Amino acid sequence: MTAPASTQTVDLVQRFPGIVTADERPGYTGFFVEKDKLVEVATVIRDEFGFDLLTAVTAVDYLAEEKMEVVYHAYKTTGGPGLVYRVQVPRVDPIEVPSLIDVYPGADLQEREAWDLFGIKFTGHPDLRRILMWEGYEGHPLRKDWQEPFFEEEAKPFKSRWPEGNHELAEEKNPFKDNLKFPQDFDPEKWVPENDEMLYESLKRYTVESEDGMNTDRIVVNMGPQHPSTHGVFRAAITLDGETITGLKPVVGYLHRNHDKIGERNTYLQNMPYTDRLDYFNSMSNNLAYAITVEKLMNIPVAERADYIRVIMAELSRIQNHLVFIGMLLNDLGAMYTPALYAFEERELILDIFEEVSGARMMCNYLRFGGVVRDLTPNILHKIKDLVFDRLPAKTDQMERLLSENEILVSRLQGVRVVDAETAIKYSVTGPVLRAAGVPYDLRRADPYSVYDRFDFDVVTRQNGDMMDNYLIRVDEIRQSLHILEQAVKQIPEGPINSQKPQYQVRVPAGEAYGRIESPKGELAFYVVSNGKPNPYRYHVRPASFVNITCLEQMCIGTKIADFVALLGMLDIVMGELDR
Amino acid sequence: MYGKGILKGLSVTWKRFWDTYIEDISWLLSGKKRYFTDEGIKHRASKHTKGIFTVQYPEEQLIQPEEFRYVPFLVYDEGEEGKKEVRCTSCGICAKVCPPQCIWIVRSNDPNTGRPVPEPTEFYIDADICMNCGFCSEYCPFDAIKMDHDFDIASYERNVYGLEKLLKPASYYASIRPENYTREEEARKAKEEAKAAKAAARAAASS
Repeated sequence: MTAPASTQTVDLVQRFPGIVTADERPGYTGFFVEKDKLVEVATVIRDEFGFDLLTAVTAVDYLAEEKMEVVYHAYKTTGGPGLVYRVQVPRVDPIEVPSLIDVYPGADLQEREAWDLFGIKFTGHPDLRRILMWEGYEGHPLRKDWQEPFFEEEAKPFKSRWPEGNHELAEEKNPFKDNLKFPQDFDPEKWVPENDEMLYESLKRYTVESEDGMNTDRIVVNMGPQHPSTHGVFRAAITLDGETITGLKPVVGYLHRNHDKIGERNTYLQNMPYTDRLDYFNSMSNNLAYAITVEKLMNIPVAERADYIRVIMAELSRIQNHLVFIGMLLNDLGAMYTPALYAFEERELILDIFEEVSGARMMCNYLRFGGVVRDLTPNILHKIKDLVFDRLPAKTDQMERLLSENEILVSRLQGVRVVDAETAIKYSVTGPVLRAAGVPYDLRRADPYSVYDRFDFDVVTRQNGDMMDNYLIRVDEIRQSLHILEQAVKQIPEGPINSQKPQYQVRVPAGEAYGRIESPKGELAFYVVSNGKPNPYRYHVRPASFVNITCLEQMCIGTKIADFVALLGMLDIVMGELDR
Repeated sequence: MYGKGILKGLSVTWKRFWDTYIEDISWLLSGKKRYFTDEGIKHRASKHTKGIFTVQYPEEQLIQPEEFRYVPFLVYDEGEEGKKEVRCTSCGICAKVCPPQCIWIVRSNDPNTGRPVPEPTEFYIDADICMNCGFCSEYCPFDAIKMDHDFDIASYERNVYGLEKLLKPASYYASIRPENYTREEEARKAKEEAKAAKAAARAAASS
């Protein structure tokens, strides 16, 4: 069950004898690729074997083996299981791995992240700067020998809490300045931040001499980080030629809290409430993705009723996410508050259900390994039915009546290109944006998880990939989600809600697992490596928002600065997930 | 016709504008109060809500469902003469399962023997660090720690709760979570009866 079927059928070892070897560690799948031939092998994997979508690039620090490993997960946009290949290099600085940015441009930001957090130099990457931490930061936080400020112990639970748990404040035990590490000779008084220089340096490659031989300066505009339309602390450094965007660099990390490191300190169960805080609009989906990953690793079944409850919650979550998307998009476009508040009214009703069933409106923490926390009472199921059969279909129609034919909105959205299918796949874009470009790639169909294979629904696509399509596809997806919900609430079986006994410490055999779901914003995946201990050895989140903004530059070049806000809105980013 | 879409959209907002007044008048005519009553708030948070649906916090507050969770408290049973029988045995499971590690427990030791006694000497919850996940109450084997409903805890100081602030009577727990309380009490009674029956059977067998 843990081994994707096609890794056996794709015989890379035979194709590249001596270069590729099968990964035979227990619990692992995929292939080892020689470092020097990586680009060549990746090109063949893409062109000959058809794995055109590189979803995740991440690294694992095997401290005991003195190895640093870069893991690639490639999938086919036609569906089916994926291919895992990895490169292992000695853990001696400088650690160098060739960049895959020419084969898969979507690796751009993820390689920068691996450089930032692991210190792996991707040779050939044109703009290898830190992305989540700031330039001048000391160390690479996800290395196993790195310790954070206020470090207590390698893993939770901490021994100081029980049985001699006299409360003390971390900041009193370890006052400010004692808990920070600086580079040598660092003087905060004289420090000049160099990251902006490097950022503008990276934008200079878009400077072209004008045709008549005169040098014209490009204007650099910084949108954000404190900008109402950027959905949080997101900053984009944009170069402009007149009003046309000629270059754009996303600057992120203002909300970074090193979720991955926290996850490695936590036990498996303790990570569940932390996943709520990623994409805080869809905590149910985040829970689902994490639960699926760990269940894969533990190789345990899910109680059938719980599977249905999970689908119901995930689809309700998708509906409210898309409603808010529409409301906020109109907010960004200048239709202040009316559509947003109409959307929020329905969202409130859905959140009421979440609150009643899980105890919290947004930070649900509802799923457990093997099932869910508590059952749906008949009362709640009745409320869900009311919403699904009566209220939400009518309100979706009302939303459409309010907006879809509005001439001002249509003339604003129609014909403004977001992204075409080819570019979207190249840049690893997933979710509604990819489907609006005409690629019918929906993980609920392409790589079914949970009980989605039992429901009848359409993978909606649109053909033009313009802004209007990106708006309409969300409305279509709300309708499809309602269709799934109608079937799910009718078919939901009676029975236990967890296949396991409630336990606060789960046993996870050694190995790795990559679990992914179709979250409302795109592919949300978790990559978890276990070494048999109570805490995950490596815990990585592959957030949809973060990977999707790799394409933001391609989307924006050539369009007007006024479209930037709308284009960013189309990607539907959430900073909690993007910065982690 | 150009402008038809806009008119269609305006009809939606127009209808909604009047819905608020129609609702108000129909509630008035039926002699019920739509605002500042539980009934009215419940209606505005139901699928029948029409027109304005906002709740005027803090004068009005949404009705919290039973499962709503916010910062844990410790349950004690009221013994004779107001004696507090703390359910907690300081086993430490809540402190171990707590994701942000905000629970600190000092276990009691018998001064004569030095052995641990099932009662906490000190119990701290750093409410500013607590992420309200509810794991402590979920995995407590003694139903001793439960999630509260009181969410107005803003203060000028750090909210570090000690035993005197954390201990609340079982009757309070029953008042905020009646269904959970009855379910747990029934389970406990059934367990005690089974235990008594077993003991009786053993006594009968040995005599």
